[in-house]
Amino acid sequence: MIGEELVQLLTPEGERVSHPEYESSLTNDQIVSYYRDMVIVRRLCTESTSLQRQGQLALWAPIQGQEAAQIGAGRALQPMDFTFPTYREHGIAWCRGVPPADMLRLFRATSNGGWDPQKYRHSVPTVVLGNQALHAVGYAMGVQRDGAEEAVMAFFGDGASSQGDVLESFVWASSYNAPIVLFCQNNQWGISTPMSVQSKIPLYHRAHGFGFPGVRVDGNDLLAVYEVTKRALDNAREGGGPTLVEAYTYRLGAHTTSDDPTRYRIDAEVEVWRHRDPIERVKALLVREGTVKASYFDEVAEEAEGIALQLREDVLAMGKPDPITIFDHVYADEHPLIDEGRREMVELGVAGGGH
Amino acid sequence: MATTTMTMAKALNEGLRRAMEANKKVLVMGEDVGKLGGVFRITDGLQKDFGEDRVIDSPLAESAIVGTAVGLSIRGYRPVCEIQFDGFVYPAFDQIVSQVAKLHKRSDGVYTMSLVIRLPFQGGIGAIEHHSESPEAYFAHTAGLRVVSCATPEDAYWMIQQSIAHDDPIIFCEPKCRYWEKGEVDTERAPRGLFEAVVRRPGADVTVVGYGASVRTMLRAAEAAEAEGISLEVIDARSIAPLDLDTMAASLERTGRLVVVHEAPHTASIGSEIVSALTERCFYSLRAPGLQVSGYHTPYPPSRLEEDYRPSVDRILDAVDRVMGFES
Repeated sequence: MIGEELVQLLTPEGERVSHPEYESSLTNDQIVSYYRDMVIVRRLCTESTSLQRQGQLALWAPIQGQEAAQIGAGRALQPMDFTFPTYREHGIAWCRGVPPADMLRLFRATSNGGWDPQKYRHSVPTVVLGNQALHAVGYAMGVQRDGAEEAVMAFFGDGASSQGDVLESFVWASSYNAPIVLFCQNNQWGISTPMSVQSKIPLYHRAHGFGFPGVRVDGNDLLAVYEVTKRALDNAREGGGPTLVEAYTYRLGAHTTSDDPTRYRIDAEVEVWRHRDPIERVKALLVREGTVKASYFDEVAEEAEGIALQLREDVLAMGKPDPITIFDHVYADEHPLIDEGRREMVELGVAGGGH
Repeated sequence: MATTTMTMAKALNEGLRRAMEANKKVLVMGEDVGKLGGVFRITDGLQKDFGEDRVIDSPLAESAIVGTAVGLSIRGYRPVCEIQFDGFVYPAFDQIVSQVAKLHKRSDGVYTMSLVIRLPFQGGIGAIEHHSESPEAYFAHTAGLRVVSCATPEDAYWMIQQSIAHDDPIIFCEPKCRYWEKGEVDTERAPRGLFEAVVRRPGADVTVVGYGASVRTMLRAAEAAEAEGISLEVIDARSIAPLDLDTMAASLERTGRLVVVHEAPHTASIGSEIVSALTERCFYSLRAPGLQVSGYHTPYPPSRLEEDYRPSVDRILDAVDRVMGFES
């Protein structure tokens, strides 16, 4: 199913394997640290799902199964690089330093964004499929004009790969040789739409038709995702132009908390992918190589528990914003209709009513 | 005062040139804007003088022209996108409405969408379908956007520079049938602010408001009406969103009669908005209901028929007669 062109450096059993073009450069310390990242983001994700089920979030988009794709890519980035996410890049946001509670402002429905995108060099979430791919290419064209050695990364999924904006971003990236990595997490399902309906060829093959390289990497393999992404980013920074990385992975959970995947996919398929769990295979590697003490795994789980509890506390403390903030930042400059709306709200006595 | 006579096309070209000289972050991008100088030659010579990095000939996809301009804007550039014709803006509609209009808000003010989308609009050039439309209401309806239109070479020269310097995203509507009409341009001092309406011809009986190509038509109607003893006050709205209602209301308070002229179908149009807003403001001064002279509720017709579709002097005078007829 996966095909021989898939870049893999770590098997589902946690065994290192060689690849003719890629070799893991990760130190043991890095692997240990990125294992921690994956455990924490998974725990944050289960906490968020619980919060939604308890009526504390409007929605949640889980990432279970995609932790290696996101931590592998996120840790390959340099601080000055800039990333353009969808609404599911919680692992990338974590790597960029976005506080977990800020990631949930969108889902708590207290903000349409949630964090300062310039501070973290991680753009605000984009909900309309594929729009951000063009923003990323435009930003990369700006990087080019500034003569800066920075790379840009656009995230999208297999679902968005059918969007015109994503395909136009391929054209633009190619025409201008933009310093960008187009990072597609192919998690096999666009809500209920299977990959077979989105494309008759492997997604990474599409890059060839646009005139730049495409690589399919085992998206559940932390080591491989890191190496493939790092090389693509280095190449972009050095003026080598765009790369499409297809991280071949699986959405173990629902599309969002509003979705019921049992209506469109069979348990047996999910089971197959559970055996390819991205976190378990790194754990198996660490055990196999005796990299950490046995107690390490419990320590990480405990730390993740604490971070999840903190997230819960922070989210519950996030009250309804003051209604008058509806009028903030609609325009950069004064606008009569904004003034009018504000005035009306003040007269109605609603302003200042946040809690 | 340094006054020069030039066409609107030249005035836009000079305005763009001056904006590019003033700020190296200003970029021009779009289809055929470089070597060709744009299908209307508005960007003529700019690529030669400012280089291919600043005057970007793009592949042919409007969503990407606007979408990449968003990214450039996030990076600190001030892109000026040319959409070749009004009827080709719709592939970019999603980017304009979902992203350009909302990213300043979504980022809590961190991003400024300092971009201008130039849109040759309205009819009158005998073109084939999709080259003569008036989509301004779609954009005026969207919070986060501003929409302006120039009616004279002098406004073209200054408004394009003011739009580029402004930190909000601006849909810049250019009345393409007026590109080749000449006018006086004071190149030293901007005559007025970007969002101010202006009285183009003072009058006493009926306030006639319009923008873009309609301004010239309204002025001709005012001359014809004068011969019949009716005095029209002609207001060029200039800013379509937001509207300068103060200037319009000051006029309507005196005349008590309102006719709004534009080329789009009148349902949910800028004309509807002006009539509604001014009715609320000037209710006790009104002597007649405000009327619209607009395109009909049909697709823009084959251009052999466009002068039967676009607001004409006769149709404006007919509306003037109707608002005058409410007088006892």
